[in-house]
Amino acid sequence: MQAFAELLDALSFQPARNAKLRLIEHYLQHTPDPDRGWALAALTGGLDFPGAKPALLRSFGEDKIGAELFHWSYDYVGDLAETLALIWETNPEAGPPPRLGEVVETLQRATKMQTPAILKRWLDSLDATGRWALLKLLTGALRVGVSARLAKQAVANVGKQPVDQVEEVWHALSPPYRPLFDWLQNGGPKPSTNSGGAFLPAMLANPIERAELDTLDPTHFRAEWKWDGIRVQVSSSGGVKRLYSRAGEDVSAAFPDIVEAIDFDGVFDGELLVRREEAIAPFNDLQQRLNRKVVTSKMLKEHPAHVRLYDALWIEGEDLRALPFDQRRARLEAWMARQPRPRFDLSPLVQFTDWAHLAQLREEMRGDGIEGLMLKRADSPYLAGRPKGPWFKWKRDPHLADCVLMYAQRGHGKRSSFYSDYTFGCWRDAEGKRELAPVGKAYFGFTDEELRWLDKWVRDHTTSRFGPVREVEPNLVLEIAFDGIARSTRHKSGVAMRFPRVNRIRTDKPAGEADTVDNLLRLVPPSGNG
Amino acid sequence: MTTDSLNPRSWLYPTPRGLYCEPGDFYVDPAVAVNRAVITHGHGDHARPGHRNALATPETLAIMRARFQDMPDTAQQPLKYGESVRVGCIEVSLVPAGHILGSAQVVLEHRGQRIVVSGDYKRRPDATCPPFEPVPCDVFITEATFALPVFHHPPDMVEIGKLLRSLETFPERTHLVGVYALGKCQRVIRLLRAAGYDKRIWLHGALASLCTLYQQHGIDLGDIALVSDAILETFRGAIVLCPPSAISDRWTRRFNEPIPAMASGWMGVRARARQRGAELPLIISDHADWSELCMTLKDVGAPKVWVTHGREEALVHMARSIGIEAEALHLAGREEDEGET
Repeated sequence: MQAFAELLDALSFQPARNAKLRLIEHYLQHTPDPDRGWALAALTGGLDFPGAKPALLRSFGEDKIGAELFHWSYDYVGDLAETLALIWETNPEAGPPPRLGEVVETLQRATKMQTPAILKRWLDSLDATGRWALLKLLTGALRVGVSARLAKQAVANVGKQPVDQVEEVWHALSPPYRPLFDWLQNGGPKPSTNSGGAFLPAMLANPIERAELDTLDPTHFRAEWKWDGIRVQVSSSGGVKRLYSRAGEDVSAAFPDIVEAIDFDGVFDGELLVRREEAIAPFNDLQQRLNRKVVTSKMLKEHPAHVRLYDALWIEGEDLRALPFDQRRARLEAWMARQPRPRFDLSPLVQFTDWAHLAQLREEMRGDGIEGLMLKRADSPYLAGRPKGPWFKWKRDPHLADCVLMYAQRGHGKRSSFYSDYTFGCWRDAEGKRELAPVGKAYFGFTDEELRWLDKWVRDHTTSRFGPVREVEPNLVLEIAFDGIARSTRHKSGVAMRFPRVNRIRTDKPAGEADTVDNLLRLVPPSGNG
Repeated sequence: MTTDSLNPRSWLYPTPRGLYCEPGDFYVDPAVAVNRAVITHGHGDHARPGHRNALATPETLAIMRARFQDMPDTAQQPLKYGESVRVGCIEVSLVPAGHILGSAQVVLEHRGQRIVVSGDYKRRPDATCPPFEPVPCDVFITEATFALPVFHHPPDMVEIGKLLRSLETFPERTHLVGVYALGKCQRVIRLLRAAGYDKRIWLHGALASLCTLYQQHGIDLGDIALVSDAILETFRGAIVLCPPSAISDRWTRRFNEPIPAMASGWMGVRARARQRGAELPLIISDHADWSELCMTLKDVGAPKVWVTHGREEALVHMARSIGIEAEALHLAGREEDEGET
């Protein structure tokens, strides 16, 4: 438990991805089974302890130091688990602290009545960091900035395997993952992937520009529209039905309408969209459905989900991944033609003669819900990861807006001495006065040299400071590129940009000539209910 | 020693300029320049420039001279630990407070009554100054910087161990440790030496003069050098000490993927550590934590306790619960949180 606590502690203060990976790898290499497996389960969100509720922790604290002192302490710290961890003192007579495996296995067996006494004994034996980690583990909110994907990447690194190999076996395994570590570290057999509803690593595309296309033979490629939704994998076998994000995260719970409609066996690649009648709703509508634990029936009715399929990995027990794209496509079309499949349809192929023709189609396609084109080699097998060459994404040109830099904030890690996060605004009229309203925040898009220039500009033009944030003179115009825009009640200006980045620094443009909020609002697509 | 008829507040009380001792006509750690001051220790919110007369330990006066351009206009009266002197109608003596080099509790005696002004103090060993000595008294005026039960500073060596382990995990990265220039800096160096770290420790220029002063007072800091004097040094895996404000300064760009660490009692609370941009928080404090405060109230055995400088209400509450007559004493000029702690 103490080693796991130190890991969580270090992760919670470490902003950089690579350093987080190093910390997790170091832990996994130096911790025996089953502790490291339980730690992996905790980091990937695979553990759940229903017994430890906030009220229990509060009563522990009040019993320990009295209600007044506990109240003042909680008030100061602002986090219940942390407060309790800090006020509780280690009792040298409590014996050695528990191992992580002991904690997990004990709590899984303990009754609700037994839990408080067990918990107190552990709190006595751990130090403050250990108590904090224990309580975070129990309350189910680690909040140390580690995604399941990152944890899996660390496991893969330990075994010198690509992360996709770990993803492929992941859903067939359960904590504490002994077969996984046997395979990765001790030369054991690779765990079987042949189980119900497993995720298969997705094939990803590289971006391409118009000029590069001329080096490619158009007859070798097939084109599809690139839908503005979320890439998903529909996986169903042995009666287990799942919907995964392209990173292998199980999102079935948020989309029961899709899962219910699965009445087949197979693994398919497609785009998750909100669709009303024939129309694809803007991305913002789909966003309403994401990250929800409970989906209301109103939400299901007003934001109906739909999957537009474009590839077949398995059909009825047969692995199609080694077949060329054209053959998989033929199998997919034949399978779709067999019977109507509500909530699923086929993403059509875009017919074209040469690149100029395709460029023209891309220009003309102004419909909502399309981000650009996908180009796939006709002979490409379905490969995990992002191989160079077979698949390309040719995105629509981004929107551009001239915005005025308003605030800058220092970055993290390598950028901690640079003002590298920029909040920018556009003009609007408020009560007869022209003012800047913040419309977004960007922290990439610029070169290292431009970053140094921006950092110096910020330091030289600061008007006030709020902790790590500086307000600057509203004199610098940044050309911001973004992929979409939607109305938002959470932003003061009423708009939210998708994927904003700094495209150019416009020292040539006076700030007064930057865009207005009204200009941006004209780019917002009309929405159904969103 | 108690004279029941004498109200201690009649001869020592807070004013806008600071804590005033009327029968001696002096202030203890005044917030502004005054005619006569008694100074507990050299930190900026206790020792200020411009007094006409200043009484303090020889070490504290040396620190003040180093910080305030030699103080030629201040008449300086050094008083060693354990010695006493009469100021007006008051017997004044200074007793070690264990906070930093030269830090003292001010013991005031008047008509058989004894009041102790603790200044800032801690109870754990510190190789850079003699330990706190509890003095029995009628009134104990205590600091309360970390007076909440959430503050239990771990053993120093546990925290230094965190720093050394991080150097093992990230052997190529520069470990940049934010420390206050006076006290914390030299204590962290001594702790590293005690843990067996004998490599060169690099210093930001702002830390140089006080380290020299400590060395002149016989405190061995081992191999230390200024970052600005480095030639062909990559700082890979080096420990560099700097003032907290320099951690996110442009100055840090010369280092190799620096890990920002911070040595302070505030690092015990995660939100505070994050606010300060610390990726490696080290809970090393020169103040008493909650249990040390509670222990000290019992050790000095004063029937009356006045609480100042921090989170008074919790300590007042605790003192009352063990039968001490306690109240908060609000003093001018104390920085609540972000001072040299």
